[in-house]
Amino acid sequence: MQSLGIDVLFKGTNMLRLLQGLWVSVAISLISVAFSIVLGFIVGVLMTSENKIIKAILRVYLEIVRIMPQMVLLFIVYFGTTRVFGWNLSAEVSAIIVFIFWGTAEMGDLVRGSLKSIPVIQYESAKALGLNNFQVYFHIIVPQTIRRLIPLSINLITRMVKTTSLVMMIGIVEVLKVAQQIIEANRKASPNAAFGVFLVVFILYFLICWPVSRLAKILEKRWA
Amino acid sequence: MSELLKVEHLHKEFDKNVVIKDMDLTVKKGEVVVIIGPSGCGKSTFLRCLNGLEEIQGGSITVDGSLVEPKKKDIIKIRQKVGMVFQSYELFPHKTVLDNIILAPMKVQKRNKAEVTKEALELLEKVGLSEKKNFYPRQLSGGQKQRVAIVRALCMHPEVLLFDEVTAALDPEMVHEVLETMIELAKSGSTMLIVTHEMAFARAIADRIVFLDQGEIVEETDKVKEFFDHPQTERAQKFLKTFTFDE
Repeated sequence: MQSLGIDVLFKGTNMLRLLQGLWVSVAISLISVAFSIVLGFIVGVLMTSENKIIKAILRVYLEIVRIMPQMVLLFIVYFGTTRVFGWNLSAEVSAIIVFIFWGTAEMGDLVRGSLKSIPVIQYESAKALGLNNFQVYFHIIVPQTIRRLIPLSINLITRMVKTTSLVMMIGIVEVLKVAQQIIEANRKASPNAAFGVFLVVFILYFLICWPVSRLAKILEKRWA
Repeated sequence: MSELLKVEHLHKEFDKNVVIKDMDLTVKKGEVVVIIGPSGCGKSTFLRCLNGLEEIQGGSITVDGSLVEPKKKDIIKIRQKVGMVFQSYELFPHKTVLDNIILAPMKVQKRNKAEVTKEALELLEKVGLSEKKNFYPRQLSGGQKQRVAIVRALCMHPEVLLFDEVTAALDPEMVHEVLETMIELAKSGSTMLIVTHEMAFARAIADRIVFLDQGEIVEETDKVKEFFDHPQTERAQKFLKTFTFDE
């Protein structure tokens, strides 16, 4: 069997650079996910509002996010806004804006769905006990909503982590870009590096996403 | 005996669809009133109006001297006086049996946790469920859930208890355990309004029978046994006949 080409990573600071690239991916994911969860809750609650205008606006927002490839959104925000609006956004800020824009819409829809899945009579039985509106939400509805949300939002979070690989298209040097650079630089010395290096990238993504989805499984079991 | 609940000229409609028309009913302290009638006659809606879960379009409902108005803040106080048990139990699935029971006394009535827990355990003991206190609702049978729901309502010390077809979702062998619990409550002097399709039970527990059809009281009597043996109105006769079989 030929060499897997993993040895390239042990030359110089290659492994360190790869991990630094991974950190860029993780940092963008963490910031985006954190904002998306908070804003998604607000948007989700607004989505259940009776107000037709609010509903329509949020519907359009969600559809835009669903229809547009994330890469197009990245290009619009990073390249598009520079000339038209004169904004000089860094690639990182552009990426985070796009990911929050996307994550908030999807998270909002998950929150909306979870809220709607709680039967009306649960609200009523809580009210019948004399709980006020705040108490009904705080003690009865929100805890049940969060339990239903966990598996759904974990799926979204891992998707967001994986999709950060797109940000190299606007020049951010994240884990996948570093991997490419290492492979390019060592093309002559280790022609098999593509396999080994991408294999390691795969393992790194796995190490990030797997604990998250394990945690979701555990919470799901405990709260079933 | 004093009047605990007074309903006058109650009118309720859903989008022009009249469900209850011009209904009057008075319930005294300690009375057990059983409401029967065909499906869709407005029985459940009537109960839901009593604790302000439904808006009413006319008339008035008074509980212990205060007017029931769903949109006013006072509704919280009234609901503490009116316990309600639902057909589908509606325990809170994310809370244990004990937490289901002590939540409202602690959060709404601001009672001390130790004291409420003690009372909750005593009540659970009475309905034979004290060893289930740390179980989650999903681990209980329907009959057990319903008994917990009754305890949950009782722990608020309500003046009157509403039972909305509480055995309709239960297997026959579990119906009995729930009805037993309710008969015990009636004996202890609780004021109860019961909507049910269990005629033998209605006959056993009722101080007064209210027969409802198409949103109106057709027959109301405290001569319970006579009502079941010889109903006065044709509609009641017809309704009661659906529970017997000619050979």
